[in-house]
Amino acid sequence: MFHIYCPYCAEYREEEEFHPKGQAHIARPADPTATSDDTWGEYLFFRDNPRGVHHELWVHAVGCRKFFNITRDTRSYAILETYRMGDQPSVTAESMILAERDAECGVTSTATMQGVPS
Amino acid sequence: MSSTQSFRLASESGVGSQIDCDKPLSFIFNGKSYPGYAGDTLASALLANGVDVVNRSFKYSRPRGIVAAGAEEPNAIVQLGSSEAAQVPNVRATQQTLFDGLTARSTNGWPDAQRDMMGLIGKLGGPFMPVGFYYKTFKAPASMWLTYEKYIRKAAGLGRAPTESDPDIYDHMNRHCEVLVIGAGPAGLMAALAAASSGVRVILCDEQPVFGGSLLDSAETIDGMAAFDWALDAVERLAALENVTLLPRTTANGYFDHNFVTLHERRTEHLGDTAPTLDGRRQPRSRLHRIRARHVVLASGAHERPLVYAGNDVPGNLVAGALSTYIRRYAVRPGKRLVLSTTNDYAYRTALDWQNAGGEVVAVADARANPDGELVERAKAAGIRIISGSAVVEATSDRKGHRVNGARVAAIDIEGFRVSGEVELLNCDTVATSGGYSPVVHLAAHTGVRPVWRDDILGFVPGQTIAAFEGFGVVGAAAGVYAAAGVFESAVTQVKRALASDGIDAEEVQIPIVETFREGAAVAMYQVPHDKPTMRAPKQFVDLQNDVTAAAIELATKEGFESIEHVKRYTAMGFGTDQGKLGNINGMAITARCLGQTIPQTGTTVFRPNYTPVNFGAIVGRHCRELFDPERYTAMHQWHVEHGAKFEDVGQWKRPWYYPQKRRERADGKLESMHEAVVRECRAVREKVGVLDASTLGKIDIQGPDAREFLGRIYTNGWEKLAVGKARYGLMCKDDGMVMDDGVTTCLADNHFLMTTTTGGAAAILEWLELWHQTEWPELEVYFTSVTDHWATMTLTGPEARNLLSELTDIDLDRDSFKFMEWREGIVAGVPARVYRISFTGELSFEVNVQANYAMQVWEALFDHGEKYGLTPYGTETMHVLRAEKGFIIVGQDTDGSMTPEDLGMHWCVGYNKPYSWIGKRALTRSDTRREDRKQLVGLKPLEANVVLEEGAQIVLDPKQAIPMRMVGHVTSSYYSPTLEHGFALAVVKGGHKRLGEKVYLPMPDGVTHVAEVVGSIFYDPKGQRQNI
Repeated sequence: MFHIYCPYCAEYREEEEFHPKGQAHIARPADPTATSDDTWGEYLFFRDNPRGVHHELWVHAVGCRKFFNITRDTRSYAILETYRMGDQPSVTAESMILAERDAECGVTSTATMQGVPS
Repeated sequence: MSSTQSFRLASESGVGSQIDCDKPLSFIFNGKSYPGYAGDTLASALLANGVDVVNRSFKYSRPRGIVAAGAEEPNAIVQLGSSEAAQVPNVRATQQTLFDGLTARSTNGWPDAQRDMMGLIGKLGGPFMPVGFYYKTFKAPASMWLTYEKYIRKAAGLGRAPTESDPDIYDHMNRHCEVLVIGAGPAGLMAALAAASSGVRVILCDEQPVFGGSLLDSAETIDGMAAFDWALDAVERLAALENVTLLPRTTANGYFDHNFVTLHERRTEHLGDTAPTLDGRRQPRSRLHRIRARHVVLASGAHERPLVYAGNDVPGNLVAGALSTYIRRYAVRPGKRLVLSTTNDYAYRTALDWQNAGGEVVAVADARANPDGELVERAKAAGIRIISGSAVVEATSDRKGHRVNGARVAAIDIEGFRVSGEVELLNCDTVATSGGYSPVVHLAAHTGVRPVWRDDILGFVPGQTIAAFEGFGVVGAAAGVYAAAGVFESAVTQVKRALASDGIDAEEVQIPIVETFREGAAVAMYQVPHDKPTMRAPKQFVDLQNDVTAAAIELATKEGFESIEHVKRYTAMGFGTDQGKLGNINGMAITARCLGQTIPQTGTTVFRPNYTPVNFGAIVGRHCRELFDPERYTAMHQWHVEHGAKFEDVGQWKRPWYYPQKRRERADGKLESMHEAVVRECRAVREKVGVLDASTLGKIDIQGPDAREFLGRIYTNGWEKLAVGKARYGLMCKDDGMVMDDGVTTCLADNHFLMTTTTGGAAAILEWLELWHQTEWPELEVYFTSVTDHWATMTLTGPEARNLLSELTDIDLDRDSFKFMEWREGIVAGVPARVYRISFTGELSFEVNVQANYAMQVWEALFDHGEKYGLTPYGTETMHVLRAEKGFIIVGQDTDGSMTPEDLGMHWCVGYNKPYSWIGKRALTRSDTRREDRKQLVGLKPLEANVVLEEGAQIVLDPKQAIPMRMVGHVTSSYYSPTLEHGFALAVVKGGHKRLGEKVYLPMPDGVTHVAEVVGSIFYDPKGQRQNI
């Protein structure tokens, strides 16, 4: 049972209020007619299934009805960040690697948990 | 004191803190009545009465007795309940508080555990039932498995479900707290005290009826008080605080993501087998607390690990600590002569307790060469014989195997895994063992944390916590800290750290002063070597509940199972309700030994929720019967009920299915069958006028300057030219080009539309619209509101529809001023209404929409005026027949997510030239959607008029081909048409649009093959003239 911070309601709510809608940041090709069958098929059917950081689209279905994004670690199920539609994630697989490297070097990272007040 | 409780200690003995000798109770076990006391568990009362055999084992049907005193008990699993409705399976006798009249039976054993007939099979079959017996024996032929399984299940199994409905009620509660403490032993009590002092909300739960955990059995002193009194005092202090919630008899069963914990609180199970009333009211039998905690402190303690030796399953073999529990809490010493086998100092407490309780300690077999701890010294001082460097290699039993009658003790070489000296047979009736402690890591494991082996404590402790369980900490014995001083220290430290992370300074808490004593190091031993090799020695049980032996594990490793997860599945070790509480570590150690590995190399299996069984009632809570799922009623529901409607579930809606009438021609007054009702209702619509309650159709109000543009992008057809006052049918596709919904959308004003959706699709379509608006086209100014419940819809349809409605409305219904696919606003039966001239039956139709709370008045007014026109209410079944006669699809019935508009023959509904590349358009030119052999919607007309094809029936082109036949499609909708006086169907057939006039075949399971002709999908009034009169 996830505890999800809705970036529009600005509150933590129970998972039951939300629906997952798959991978986030999949843009519909701007000019579908100029898109090849392969590219269109890629857009329609192919999704990432990473072990680790994953950006997902969710909707606060029985709350504010707003769509938003969750960055989640598929290994631990930790939610690293939630952010509004149109925003870009501040936590990514790359930033996590950098943060881990920094942590090894004794540098404290401020990149995690942004937008998720505790 | 009752004479039958021959193992109960005299009340002068000063033990028995949990029982009240002034409150005698009686209970029934396996049909026989026994006495006990208030405060007893079923297990302690059985032991007090000298009941040795409490069950038969799962696989070999061996007699089994009580082994432990808590949740870890593997044998004493009983079926509870004095009546059929009150049956509860899988109850551990060690956890069931005794109440007057309690009735329990052994789970296994026929006719009962004492005189078991299955045991004959066990004894005969025992040697022939090696590990993997079922896999190996019943694997072929595969078709026989279903037959074997029925009998295997009957012989095995752990209890049965009641066949009658549960009379009790159950609650769910949602709770929030800053600190949840699981376990109220010394660590949990201390953690709760420390957390509570800061003022934050604290919940403390423990599975036992009394808080205190190991303190209840302890002879130590804390802050100068007896441990037991210190626990009482701590509970009193906590109970006085408003910010603390205490939950006894409450098991934390599952630990889920983001600190969500489920607690199962048994509120009345100690009072009766069904919940007694309280002040005349029903009370919930149990509560499931759903807790979201900021911090979780796991203080679940440790289970003592028994040793694995031959004959270790005979009644009279117990784990050492359980004996102390029975003596100290319940004043029961379940035997006379004890032999103790240990690897550590702690078990000596049991020897001392046994002796103090008047029992004889025959000997302590200590596996260590030079045991020298303080407790050992005390035992020596008490005159107890200690045989160092030795162990009990085998417990012997009477002929029936009903009770231990001796212990074979021998010097052993642990490293060499062999018996190194002479075997001495000691006369005794009880063997207690201790192989050390296993921290209860189950809940930590639920978080995904793999336990980590620690050589210094010879046990697995929870590994580092993972991010989704921020604020999780393990304290006390669960973290491998056993000495009292360390336990208190670890609890306070963890709580302080947790609260500090939230910026809360916990008040300084006094850590209690405890006596410390010098502890001798323990030695690692799990399976005791026998004078015969493991495979030949008498059975040495590892997992008593699942009847897994050391030999079985050895055989599994010899057969090539190397992963502990595979060994687990092959042997069934740690399965089921037991979840490996007593046996898992021993099993891993044996696996490690057989594979020549260390325990950490072997690793652990995964513990899963629930920690102990939870009854279904608690899981279901109030979500059963009429509250199982919400039921949605239309505004006219009561009328339908009063007029005898049969209902159909459509999503959560209750829709009238058909309205059976009393058959006039029959004297018996029997109701019409569905077929008869549907024939009558269909005729009424086609010949006169019918009315349908269509309120359940999804309705979405769409407003905004870009509403029209939005519709154009989301629907396949065009919307630019739809004028105010007009309506249009629309098809909606997913971006893969497959039809997902359809419905009529009307233009209410230039920037205001009302979309209707399928009944079942309403919520999903609203989410779909929001998805595209919010993620792809946020620049469009458009707003969506569900208005499904706001409007009630009555579909008045049939040749007389206009005549009837004109009596009730001021709207001009003339066919030329109020045209087909238009809507008008006006008054109907005195109520403001929107009337749509649209048709789902093919007949002249008016859909009257009024505010839902006025609807009943309008509906009744229709019938007041309707009789002379033959107004007949019709239900969904007739609706289906009428629409199918017209070839109107139902999305989800005639489509399945793989049908394009073109597959459905609905090119007319596709705006190929719209400027925006609407959802689904691009996919319609992909090679797959252009295939000519796609399944396409057609009509089927059976050659025989009275045949109604089966929906879902497969279609073949050549009925004579060999099985498996090539299937080219299936029937999607099929009915008898009273109008055509013929069966007819809609179907999807590969390349069907080009097969019109061809014959297809439908072979049925009963051997009959139907023949049908492929026809167009419109069976009735193909030119659509009837809706336009």
